[in-house]
Amino acid sequence: MDQRKSLMWTFKMAWRDSRSNRSKLFLFMAAIIVGVAAQVSITSFRANLNSSIESQAKELLGADLEVDRNAPFQPELQEVLDSLGGDVSTALEFNSMAFFPKNGNTRLSQISAIEGGFPFYGDLITEPASAASAFQENGSALVDEPVMRLFNLQPGDSVKIGQLTYKIEGAIIEIPGQPVAASFFGPRIFIPKENVEDTGLLQRGSRLEYVSWHKFPEGTDMIAVEERLRELRDEGIRFGFDTVEEREEEVGEAILYLSNFLNLIGFIALLLGGIGVASSIFVYIRQKINTVAVLRCVGVSSNQALLIYLIQAASMGLIGSIMGAALGSLIQLYLPVLIQEFLPVDINLFISWSSIAIGVGTGLVISVLFALFPLLAVKKISPLYSLRSISINLLQLLTNRTKITLSAVLLIFVTAYAWLMIGRIIPAAFFTLGLVACLLLLTGFAKLIMKGSRKFLRAGFSYELRQGLANLYRPNNQTTILLLTFGLGVTMISSLYLTQDMLLGQIDFGEEEDLPNLALYDIQYDQNEGVNEIITSSGHQILQNVPIVTMRIQEINGMNAEALREDTTKDVSGWALNREYRNTYRDSLLETETLVSGEWIGNVDGINDVVPISVEDDQMENLDAVLGDTLTWDVQGIPIQTYIASTRTVKWDQPSPNFFVVFPAGVLENAPQFFATTINTNSREASLQLQQELVQAYPNVSAIDVGQVVETVRSFLDKVTFVIQFIGLFSIITGLIVLAGSAATSRFQRIREAVLLRTLGASKKQVIKIQVIEYVLLGVMASITGLILSLGASTFIGYFYFDIEFVPNFFIIGVEILILTALVLMIGLLNTRGVHNKPPLEVLRAEVA
Amino acid sequence: MCRYHSKQISIVPNILEVHQLYRKFQSGTKTLTVVNDINFSIPEGISCAIVGPSGSGKTTLLGLCAGLDRPTSGSVSLNGIPLNPLSEDERAQVRNQHVGFIFQTFQLVPTLTALENVMVPLELRGEGTKEVREHARELLESVGLGDRTHHYPAQLSGGEQQRVAVARAFINEPKILFADEPTGNLDTETGEHIEDLIFALNEKQGTTLVMVTHDLELAKKCDRIIKLKNGQVFEDSAVEPEPEAAVK
Repeated sequence: MDQRKSLMWTFKMAWRDSRSNRSKLFLFMAAIIVGVAAQVSITSFRANLNSSIESQAKELLGADLEVDRNAPFQPELQEVLDSLGGDVSTALEFNSMAFFPKNGNTRLSQISAIEGGFPFYGDLITEPASAASAFQENGSALVDEPVMRLFNLQPGDSVKIGQLTYKIEGAIIEIPGQPVAASFFGPRIFIPKENVEDTGLLQRGSRLEYVSWHKFPEGTDMIAVEERLRELRDEGIRFGFDTVEEREEEVGEAILYLSNFLNLIGFIALLLGGIGVASSIFVYIRQKINTVAVLRCVGVSSNQALLIYLIQAASMGLIGSIMGAALGSLIQLYLPVLIQEFLPVDINLFISWSSIAIGVGTGLVISVLFALFPLLAVKKISPLYSLRSISINLLQLLTNRTKITLSAVLLIFVTAYAWLMIGRIIPAAFFTLGLVACLLLLTGFAKLIMKGSRKFLRAGFSYELRQGLANLYRPNNQTTILLLTFGLGVTMISSLYLTQDMLLGQIDFGEEEDLPNLALYDIQYDQNEGVNEIITSSGHQILQNVPIVTMRIQEINGMNAEALREDTTKDVSGWALNREYRNTYRDSLLETETLVSGEWIGNVDGINDVVPISVEDDQMENLDAVLGDTLTWDVQGIPIQTYIASTRTVKWDQPSPNFFVVFPAGVLENAPQFFATTINTNSREASLQLQQELVQAYPNVSAIDVGQVVETVRSFLDKVTFVIQFIGLFSIITGLIVLAGSAATSRFQRIREAVLLRTLGASKKQVIKIQVIEYVLLGVMASITGLILSLGASTFIGYFYFDIEFVPNFFIIGVEILILTALVLMIGLLNTRGVHNKPPLEVLRAEVA
Repeated sequence: MCRYHSKQISIVPNILEVHQLYRKFQSGTKTLTVVNDINFSIPEGISCAIVGPSGSGKTTLLGLCAGLDRPTSGSVSLNGIPLNPLSEDERAQVRNQHVGFIFQTFQLVPTLTALENVMVPLELRGEGTKEVREHARELLESVGLGDRTHHYPAQLSGGEQQRVAVARAFINEPKILFADEPTGNLDTETGEHIEDLIFALNEKQGTTLVMVTHDLELAKKCDRIIKLKNGQVFEDSAVEPEPEAAVK
């Protein structure tokens, strides 16, 4: 027959042959639906986000140019900026305690003292809307909406910042280019710049950021502006600047990383779907061996036979992918709700056809690639099988060469996709390797469990236990497929959960008695005694009262910054060289410090000799320094000669003031300095009470409430992990679907077994008990395996990324095992629903039909 | 009647030729010779039964003759076409053109209706659907299933399923029909009905019939009986006409 007719017939046959099995294949489709939905929702969302960023690029910055410096602008810089023309708006930004007299609450806040028309692009959205412009005219303040809500504040109430009390003009709803999540790190408060000095907060030692925003006339050459500013920086004038293009790039990059990461997590769901496809096609083809053999007898060629089933698999894959794309496009509408808080732009939602095309394409390719493993075996089904029923293993029909080629194609595809997502080949290869390692481990565990249950089986066990246990390794068992799909999902979700728990555990020291729960900063020299007095008179114990002296590095081994930059043999980090150091002095090491090398010298007599100092170990690397090197410090105009006498490590994660550089006692006592104090107040209420007293007496003193920080970080991590878990959830759902699919395809066998047992006299209770035992065992094994892998992953992440020792939370693990086992059991029992109450023969007839 | 004898006299080409046929299987370290040096030829148009006890190699021989399996050594020619050099797909082509099958377990495709099952061999040849459908319907009517054309195999009784299989076997007007215990799964009455159908169609279309069976009564209805034992031809004889048949 000619090619066209042959193809037509093959299609017709594929359609006819699928008739009675379509519902069985639906679960296979469902796995693909979920996988593709995850993909499409994320890529569509990314497309939406990118287009939103592009269309709102100028709003990201609120101006054409932003310049910032942690000191007043140098005259040279100011001169260049003045020469650029256009509109200018300036601000002074700093952190300070805000006090709300209405109910006596305090909160460390991010203060922006603004002058001029910022933002030039986009709107500062306030409630009421008029407040955005009125606060400068009226000398009033704008306060972040969440804190207004928290403290039940209304426009018209007041806020005290330093020595000045401002009327609250309105609530800040949105600042162009700033995600809502920016207020996590302290509420944002806008005040006019005009009389900011009267707050009394601008004294030495306060961390101030000077900012100016510029809007240039239409047609200004931004490249020339950038070049001019770069030139200035090359001349050694230090400052930072951002243009619209740069900001867009930065934001775009951050979003790219985020969405790539989410995309890979989603991709895992799709790959799980692929495994589901392979397993359901396996079972499907096993049921079709006879049909294929007969068709081969009557003259169907091997290619035609393969094509009949390939068409079925591809059609299912295609339909599943299209449905998944539709679902993904719907979910995309929900994603912004999840992460809008973290985004600096408003998202314009639209259907991204390119994302849909990529999703459908990937879904189809994954379906076909995975389906090919069992499908290629169809070519090898001999017509002889129609004469004898021979039990065959489909995989054994494939030659090793076919298996290797197919696996290689699959791995190449997975790596290529990951490469497309990540943009770099090495991490993509690692992604594939990690995945393969994980799957191999899971398969290994499955084999171990099957072997173990065979060994473990004892004649003394009850009949039900023996049957349930034996079902784990009997032919057509679901052990491997369940471990692979469900196990991988559990591994991912659980790793995320445990890592989050580990991070929170690191900072959650609020309950520990000997650790501070309140830290006070920016205490001026003349305020120190007064502050200490308030603390002790309230009955609290001061844990630390540390002097801080600000200084900069002038020379290292006699070379100044410029010489060091030019010396190619030196690799001093610019940050370490140029930063303002906040150093302390004392005569002994703290418990949180350990001497690494050299000799700790705690006391010296004045600055006549070169002063021995101790430098933190990592900072030594940043400074490219060795023991004995000399450092000349500029201590607010006075040069002090020092040498590195010792290096030490510092536990940075403790909520106490830690320092890169510690001077010995006897040198800096007379230098201008301020203090930091840590306290343990026993309770959160006492801490709030003390903060109120302190702010009223010393408004410039900043208080970091450790409990508040933990809460903030927790809520931040919660939101971030929720987004990741939301996507990771697709894998769990896919895992469940694949499990349901594999359970459903074995339904007939299970039912036959159940009916046979019933026929032989087993009670309904016994039959159910056997199934419960089997699925509980499967559920427990799969979740324990997934959890073991996730414990490994979390330990790995903890060790390599966060440098912390991972201590598993056994409560979480226990709860996870319970929930996961219940899910597996539920699916298993649903699978044989309706079998137990009907007469055995009726069940068999209905199933055969 | 004994066509075997009459056709032996006139020179009739052989539709099936089997020459020094061996089929061995490896079972652990042992080699089992299931078909052991078998030689015979079957002229066109006759009916031949292959009989023998279980495990004597009947079905294996049938599979080899129909090109469903490859011999360890020796050769098979079907309608003058040597099967050995053919690929799997070329053999499928030969079967589609010249061979019909009837199996003990009916082997209908469960997802196709009776009509569609019968249509498959001709559809595979690329013949027009309408004509094929008509032809299949006629055949189903001739086996008494004119009112069951749209039923699926699971909705048919065993006898009805085997009748569909018979219709399918004859639709491509095969030169040779291989039947493997065609009545083995049926009760006596239904079995006899199927036998009659097969022989009638065989007669009508002039098809050669090669049938594997345990049933000596059925075997006696054929022109020739090849008896197998331990994989070898133990006896190859023409069937004497029954006395009553001779009277008739």
